[in-house]
Amino acid sequence: MMTMLSLAWASLRNRRLISTLTIASVALSVALLVGIEHVRVGVRESFAGTIKGTDLIVGARGGTSQVLLSTVFGMSTPSGTVSWATYQKWAQHPAVKWTIPYALGDAHKGHRVIGTTADFFTRYRFRDDSVRFASGVAPTDEHAIAIGSDVAERLGYSVGDSIVLSHGVAAISFAEHEAHPFIVSGVIARTFTPIDRSLYVTLEGLEAMHEEEEGAGGLPMGPPEQAHAPGEAPITSFLVGTKNRFETLTLQREMNEDRSEPLTAVIPGVALGQLWQTIGSAEVGLRVVALFTVLVGLIGMCVALYASLESRRREMAILRAVGAGPRTIVSLLVLESGLLALLGAVTGVAVVYAGLALARGAVESRFGLALTLHALGPAEWGYLALVVSAGTLVGVLPAWRAYRSSLADGLSPKL
Amino acid sequence: MSSPSTAAPAVALKDVRFAYRAGRDVLDIPALSIARGEHLFLHGPSGSGKTTLLGLLAGVLVPTAGRVEILGRDLGTMKSGVRDHFRAEHLGYVFQMFNLIPYLSVRDNITLPCRLSAARRARLGGVDAAVQAEQLAERLEIAGLLDEPVTALSVGQQQRVAVARALLGAPEIVVCDEPTSALDADRRDRFLELLFARCTEAKSTLVFVSHDLSLASRFSRTVALGSLNRAAIATGAGDPEAVSARR
Repeated sequence: MMTMLSLAWASLRNRRLISTLTIASVALSVALLVGIEHVRVGVRESFAGTIKGTDLIVGARGGTSQVLLSTVFGMSTPSGTVSWATYQKWAQHPAVKWTIPYALGDAHKGHRVIGTTADFFTRYRFRDDSVRFASGVAPTDEHAIAIGSDVAERLGYSVGDSIVLSHGVAAISFAEHEAHPFIVSGVIARTFTPIDRSLYVTLEGLEAMHEEEEGAGGLPMGPPEQAHAPGEAPITSFLVGTKNRFETLTLQREMNEDRSEPLTAVIPGVALGQLWQTIGSAEVGLRVVALFTVLVGLIGMCVALYASLESRRREMAILRAVGAGPRTIVSLLVLESGLLALLGAVTGVAVVYAGLALARGAVESRFGLALTLHALGPAEWGYLALVVSAGTLVGVLPAWRAYRSSLADGLSPKL
Repeated sequence: MSSPSTAAPAVALKDVRFAYRAGRDVLDIPALSIARGEHLFLHGPSGSGKTTLLGLLAGVLVPTAGRVEILGRDLGTMKSGVRDHFRAEHLGYVFQMFNLIPYLSVRDNITLPCRLSAARRARLGGVDAAVQAEQLAERLEIAGLLDEPVTALSVGQQQRVAVARALLGAPEIVVCDEPTSALDADRRDRFLELLFARCTEAKSTLVFVSHDLSLASRFSRTVALGSLNRAAIATGAGDPEAVSARR
């Protein structure tokens, strides 16, 4: 066996150029496969890290995804409103440690405006981070507004600028809240979450804006809002942190079953998981493409081995004359293709790790994708095993051909 | 593996027929016997089936009919794997040209049969193959080339490396297929001297095939393949064109 291995190795070294090219093509496809796997894990972790530390997201009765999308991702429309009294009822529930209210419905040039409290800036967690300010401070009075980094960048805003909000979330709105302008109090440092694309005002600011609008005889804004006492305007949803995480499920059931005002309470991790299931099917497509690349790499290897056989018939005749049987010749060629596949796989993995080590910093600051240099997972080992064993099998066809011709040629190949 | 009987001749052919394609015999040899230690010169025009006959002796080809006995053992009764081992153990082979594996060094080329066959290794008498290869290379005047790549060697040097490989482990039979055809007269004579000396020393039976009759006088026996081969007579005195067209 050692002899066969050293023979195969010497033979591959003899055809250095073609061997290197073959290894490179296998390595590239393996790198693609393993690289996609790493990026997939990174994307999934970034996605799951959009909201952390929150135990429940609660909105008016609606779909799980709708509550999650409208509250955390700033997509879709809220399922309805939650009255201030109901919010207060749950905020004071003995199992609840903290809440963050969300009041949606207004926008600024296509970016969502969220009415919330100071708790948002202290309690909200994404990945392992909390909201921090690149410049300025959190809004405290009814004319202050904090903006996400994308908003600041795209619209060229900085602290002190004046902003007019509009009703509804369309990019172009004719219903401007001109009577109540806001002053930028702070720009939130980049989070790589939907926060970057949003603006944040106080609940009081939002209420004041809407009241002034009505008081000034502004345009009727859709269906007349329910009358409410000052400081008790309804919100659209709220985040809940529990005192004891084990109470989350009980609290969730209690909220979902409460009949006074129908609510939907979702556990962020569960809802994110469900959402990922639907949008994650794109990764299957990526994986299929990568597998095809591997297939092409392996076929290339088969072609290279096959093409080299013609010039190696003399070599086969010599091997047979010195006592190598057809079995030896077959195993020599299969060993060669196995070695090529193995070297290709090892090189491919090395390329991925080297590439990640070099590019992760840039990728994280550019795309907010935290690519971790994690060890190969079972799926990746599976791919590698597949590539190496398929690569070895690919050698069987040329080997069979070499075996046939070495029998037919005898000791004098027809050159 | 049984030990071949020492009384039997080195080679014995009986009613051997061989065809690459059914019905068109290349060889039809009623009988051929080669005694142990004999230096046999087998001549015939090119394309008359000489290499085919050597393929049969080496057990690389299997006769269509008849028996090929080497050292008293019938190759036809062996499985192909056993035949491969038998060849590695008892036979040395020298080609006309292109004798060496291009990606192995001279030393590795010489020791190749001993690396492929444990039985051949056993014939070295406990001495390391590399050591014996050096001794043999010394006598064949190629000791200085052992670590050279074979591609750097002249044809004459390559042929001597091939002889060293064929003789390492002193196999009973050494088969040469026109090994001198690529050498000029001077180098050919020196090559033959070295070959004879080493075969005599190793007590090997030498089967040497060539179309060059001028070499015949150096051998203990000379046989014309055409006189043995009924197939050649039948198809018109071994017309080389006809035979080579069939290959």
